[in-house]
Amino acid sequence: MSEEPETVQVFNVLNHELVPVHEVLDEDEAKALMARYGVKEDQLPKIQVADPAARAAGARPGDIIRVVRMSPTAGKAVAYRFVVEY
Amino acid sequence: MRPSTNVPKKIGSIEFALLSPTESRGLSATKVITADTYDDDGFPIEMGLMDPRLGVIEPGLRCKTCGQKVGDCPGHFGHIDLAMPVIHVGYVKTIRNCLRATCRGCGHLLLTESEKGQFRARYDQYMVEAKDTGPLSKRIVKVASTAQVCPSCGREHGTIDVDKPTTFRENQHKMTPSEVREWLEKIPDEDLPLLDMNPEVARPEWMVLTVLAVPPVTMRPSITLDSGERSEDDLTHKLVDVIRINQRLQENRDAGAPQLIVEDLWELLQYHCTTYFDNQTAGIPPARHRSGRPLKTISQRLKGKEGRFRSNLSGKRVNFSARTVISPDPNLSINEVGIPEASARELTVPVRVHLRNFEWCRAMVERGPRPEDLPGGIYQPGVNYVFRADGRRVKVTEKNREEVAERLELGSTIERQMMDGDVVLFNRQPSLHRMSMMAHKVKVMPGKTFRFNLPCCPPYNADFDGDEMNLHVLQGEEARAEAEILMKVQENILSPRFGGPIIGAIHDHISGCFLLTWKNPKIAVEEASQVFARIGFRGNMPEVHREGPDRMYVYGKDMFSCILPKGINLRFRSNACPPGISDEEAIERDYLVDIVDGELLSGAIDERAIGAFKGVLLEKIARDLGNAEAALFLDRVTKLGTGYITMRGFTTSIDDEDIPDEAQRDIATKIQRAERQIDALVESYNLWQDPAVSPKEKEERGLQALPGRSLEETLELEIMKVTAQTRDGAGETASHFLGMDNPAVIMARCGARGSMLNLSQMAGCVGQQAVRGERIHRGYQQRTLPHFKRGDLGASAKGFVASSYKTGLSPTEYFFHSMGGREGLVDTAVRTSRSGYMQRRLINALEDLKVEADNTVRNTAGTIIQFTYGEDGVDPSRSVRGTPVDLAQVFTEAEKELKRKA
Ligand SMILES: [Mg+2]
Ligand SMILES: [Zn+2]
Ligand SMILES: [Zn+2]
Repeated sequence: MSEEPETVQVFNVLNHELVPVHEVLDEDEAKALMARYGVKEDQLPKIQVADPAARAAGARPGDIIRVVRMSPTAGKAVAYRFVVEY
Repeated sequence: MRPSTNVPKKIGSIEFALLSPTESRGLSATKVITADTYDDDGFPIEMGLMDPRLGVIEPGLRCKTCGQKVGDCPGHFGHIDLAMPVIHVGYVKTIRNCLRATCRGCGHLLLTESEKGQFRARYDQYMVEAKDTGPLSKRIVKVASTAQVCPSCGREHGTIDVDKPTTFRENQHKMTPSEVREWLEKIPDEDLPLLDMNPEVARPEWMVLTVLAVPPVTMRPSITLDSGERSEDDLTHKLVDVIRINQRLQENRDAGAPQLIVEDLWELLQYHCTTYFDNQTAGIPPARHRSGRPLKTISQRLKGKEGRFRSNLSGKRVNFSARTVISPDPNLSINEVGIPEASARELTVPVRVHLRNFEWCRAMVERGPRPEDLPGGIYQPGVNYVFRADGRRVKVTEKNREEVAERLELGSTIERQMMDGDVVLFNRQPSLHRMSMMAHKVKVMPGKTFRFNLPCCPPYNADFDGDEMNLHVLQGEEARAEAEILMKVQENILSPRFGGPIIGAIHDHISGCFLLTWKNPKIAVEEASQVFARIGFRGNMPEVHREGPDRMYVYGKDMFSCILPKGINLRFRSNACPPGISDEEAIERDYLVDIVDGELLSGAIDERAIGAFKGVLLEKIARDLGNAEAALFLDRVTKLGTGYITMRGFTTSIDDEDIPDEAQRDIATKIQRAERQIDALVESYNLWQDPAVSPKEKEERGLQALPGRSLEETLELEIMKVTAQTRDGAGETASHFLGMDNPAVIMARCGARGSMLNLSQMAGCVGQQAVRGERIHRGYQQRTLPHFKRGDLGASAKGFVASSYKTGLSPTEYFFHSMGGREGLVDTAVRTSRSGYMQRRLINALEDLKVEADNTVRNTAGTIIQFTYGEDGVDPSRSVRGTPVDLAQVFTEAEKELKRKA
């Protein structure tokens, strides 16, 4: 194994074509989302802050991430993830 | 209300605790000291295992502890004081962890102060976050057990091993349970949370038993056999063993018997206690009954499919249900189920008596539980019970029926026997998909079997070789309404699995409709009338044609059009249509189905039109005209098919696979040629090993390996190719002589039963037999059977069956064929058990998810699983084979509409 120093330029996973769009919602959007579905944060699906996609999107615990995925049946499929610490 | 606010109860936390000796004694109603149960007069012995203070099981007696009668007294625990402590098998792993992580001298965790502090901090954080501390404790045990000496007192720490199932060793020296217990006692309370134990409710030394709780007699009742003999429960038997050995151990120890004897008895006591908890412990023989049957002890009562949880709590036996053998009845509607009269009289439906049905109810009660048939043998329902408004239940008998009818009041409920039109649920195991349980309407009939129409076979995966099915009678109006809307057979015609029909015509329905429509046969008017009368068709006769002075006939296609609903337009190719032919040829050979406004203009109706799984015509009717129309069409089409085929006559026999001598010769030549080809291949392969051949010649004439394959693999591939070609070639020759005048071919082509491959294997050649996708290799050294030379790589030595099923197989061929067949059987056996368990896990994970009104998929806590059902919100059973809209169909229809208007 070669002992190269860790590259400074980190690869941004979001630029890869197989990784769907991840974006952090602002506060108003998040509120609107929870009102629309009538849920509290902990009733949303979760994503770890340490998740490469969440890190690339610059998410912090407590944020909500919107994931827009290309779907063969639905065209665009939108999902939301609540960012948790672990 | 939103589901999130609708959760009725939420479990905050669950506490697992150990029973302390003090607590065990506190619970106890009596100490148990004698192993005997009853005295000679049949009375329970005081302080025995059946002590009356442990609860009552005999009716009429009262409990000595709580004073209640059977049914009210819950039973009471007793206890046995063990002469020597004993390890509890259920906690062996936990005990091992405790011993490995703590010091024998001072009992402290084998961690330095700083390590301890770190883990404590981590533990506190986990508690704040309400996170599972299990994995943390595992890590702590791992770290602590690597310590060589105790950081607290400096004592050396040995290695702890477990001899299955309950013996602990420190540095290979056996520890007695007493020693283990003393060690565990030393572990301080403040170290316990780090070992995932709550010191408030569980001390580690309680995992070594000094007191054994004796369960109440109510959970181990004795049964009196017909012979008057008493038979005790397995648990009681086991407890008798424990007490006996316990007594002997105590006597020997008190008498100062040799250490060896005491130790033997101690181990025996350990064995009995272990098997009392779990009689399937690895490493010890299970305790057995006198008959040799293993005892069912505590763990066996709870565990597995037959255990308390899966057999008595998750699933229960129910009332108002019936089970019997099934048989077919082509005259029933697909929505109906035939019920034997005996079942109908036993199964009941509650009916509330009110003003509007009072007379009807009264008359029914008056008929009693065994009403006479109406003239013509027509079944009449009676009444088995009347529940009066005051809650009293009255059994209706032949004697009291008139009196009970006289006294019937409003507000009572009568339990009426089943009658035609009642809604029932019908089910066949294994219930693998929702179509395994569908709602049917009852039809009471003579006989002893449940009957249903054949299109319902595929969803239940039922046949009539002795299959049995279950039936449940719905008891409430809401249940009936829900079942009719969601579960009725007609509502399940289109499967949610692939968006096509799963209920449809099978076997003879398909052959019949194919024969009726293909090449448009002329059918004498009398015969056509017969068929129509049979199916109860009411409507206009199709156009009658004349031939000569006295022959009147109708066309088969016209007959079929009679049952087609108006407004259906469809164009597709029949199943019988050979692939790759042009539209013109398809029309010419009558394989292109064209239906315009419910008239069959051309083409043959077969599996592609009306069959289960494939039927596009059936699918179209269900989708465009609704399920009720589809059910009606299916009822008619099946009756028309069977009606016509019965009248016309249709049979198949072994001489359907007869082929002329010239075909036999042709096939024989093809097989010989294949054998020569294979020999040539083998020769070119063997060339490489031949020292007499020059390298140059090897390069030129030797077998060339395919890219990425070894020489051996290449040879096998090439040979497999040749054998496959040979079988297909033989099949081609055979089918050349088996035309559409052959019943077996008709069935295969229209999709009723069998395939052309089956036919060519019967008439032509069975072909290469394979195990794991390869030619057969295993057997003796370098050969499959002693009938062949060593190293023979030829066709017949490696499982090629040149014979046909009809001519019969040679002994070696038969052997190879059995090998291939066996593999198939083993595969299915393995697959079913594996996929069954996989499905069980899936169902347990998904069972309480549902689609909410806003299209989200949520669980009972209102947590969102999917934001839109399946990402696209499409219900597959309402889709067109998976896609929401069939655009091609929409466009053609719009085009037609435009043309019509223009
Ligand atoms: Mg069967
Ligand atoms: Zn009691
Ligand atoms: Zn120590």
